[in-house]
Amino acid sequence: MEQFEFTYPAKRRVNKRAHIGVVGSGDLEVLLEPVAGDLAHVVIRTSVNGFNDTWKAVLDRFFTKYDGVVRIQINDAGGTPGIVQLRLEQAVEASEQ
Amino acid sequence: MSDERYSPDFINRQSFIELDARERATALLDVGTARELVGPFDRVESPWLAIQGVTPQSDDGCVVMKGKIGGQAAVVVALEGAFQGGSMGEVSGEKMTAALDLACADNEKGVPTSAVILLETGGVRLQEANLGLAAIAELMASILTLRKHAPVICLTAGTVGCFGGMALAAGLASYVVMTREARLGMNGPEVIEQENGVEEFDSSDRALIWAIHGGEQRYATGLADALVEDDTQQVAEAIRRLTLQGVPPVHRSSQVELYRNRIEALDTSAQWDPKEFRSLWVKGDSKEKTQ
Repeated sequence: MEQFEFTYPAKRRVNKRAHIGVVGSGDLEVLLEPVAGDLAHVVIRTSVNGFNDTWKAVLDRFFTKYDGVVRIQINDAGGTPGIVQLRLEQAVEASEQ
Repeated sequence: MSDERYSPDFINRQSFIELDARERATALLDVGTARELVGPFDRVESPWLAIQGVTPQSDDGCVVMKGKIGGQAAVVVALEGAFQGGSMGEVSGEKMTAALDLACADNEKGVPTSAVILLETGGVRLQEANLGLAAIAELMASILTLRKHAPVICLTAGTVGCFGGMALAAGLASYVVMTREARLGMNGPEVIEQENGVEEFDSSDRALIWAIHGGEQRYATGLADALVEDDTQQVAEAIRRLTLQGVPPVHRSSQVELYRNRIEALDTSAQWDPKEFRSLWVKGDSKEKTQ
């Protein structure tokens, strides 16, 4: 298991927290919650080692569109980049409903 | 579309099996009454998995929901089969046991509260070994205490099924509800094959597995009390009906003599066929009832 942390500049207030997904094979869990400040903070725990660059690429792309001031925790059991992207977007959708 | 091939019930139903643990628990409670206790944002997760290189889940794969069933207070505890095979660890076990103990305390205070346990589990979580075993022992004690006051219903819908120590816990339930897709048994097919060889149990033979462990067989031999379709509304109705039925006059696990006699009466010199076995236990049941 590996753990990474990433930080991105953010400005938009988010009102609601959201929980999406399950730590099942090929899937992941996303916990998104509003925080104070002007940063988005992402903490990742993944069961598959050696993909730091891939995680960074997925999140860099995600934060080109998303600007919520949130803390995101990802518990991953081998989700592919596509699945990670979908779960993140699902969490955003649930937090903005 | 040909009329004979079109089954509107099948098309229009909302699958229960396709729901995750949180959605399942919510679906069983009266609309608008579900309230989650110790949810994902409380982050009460297993302290043992990360040090063994396994990613933990924020709710440890155990969802506890308080609410009402048929207007009456109830707690629903659902295991998430997709996380570590729904296995019981220290935290998930404690969440389940504590929920039942609180329900018990409510009953003692004069607030009738029943419990529904959704079992999609292979039993003890091997990474937490003895703690998982202890958790199941505690859970069984809690079921035995609560079932005196209010029904404890075990539902296994599939597709994981209910195996290992948790099958023993299900055996203590006031009522067991299954779908045809679900399986219930102490030892799973792979375990039996591994221990006793392929002649004893061919774990690749799915028809054989479901003929023995499957919901239809368990219901037909009196080891489950309701057999439901994989339909959320039908599952919820069965749970409501059994909840309102109350505590059964005699629990299955209290019928020690009945089951001892049945097992003693089995001729084990030849291999039993699941169909033959079914007719024997069903027949045995009606005969015993008329005595």
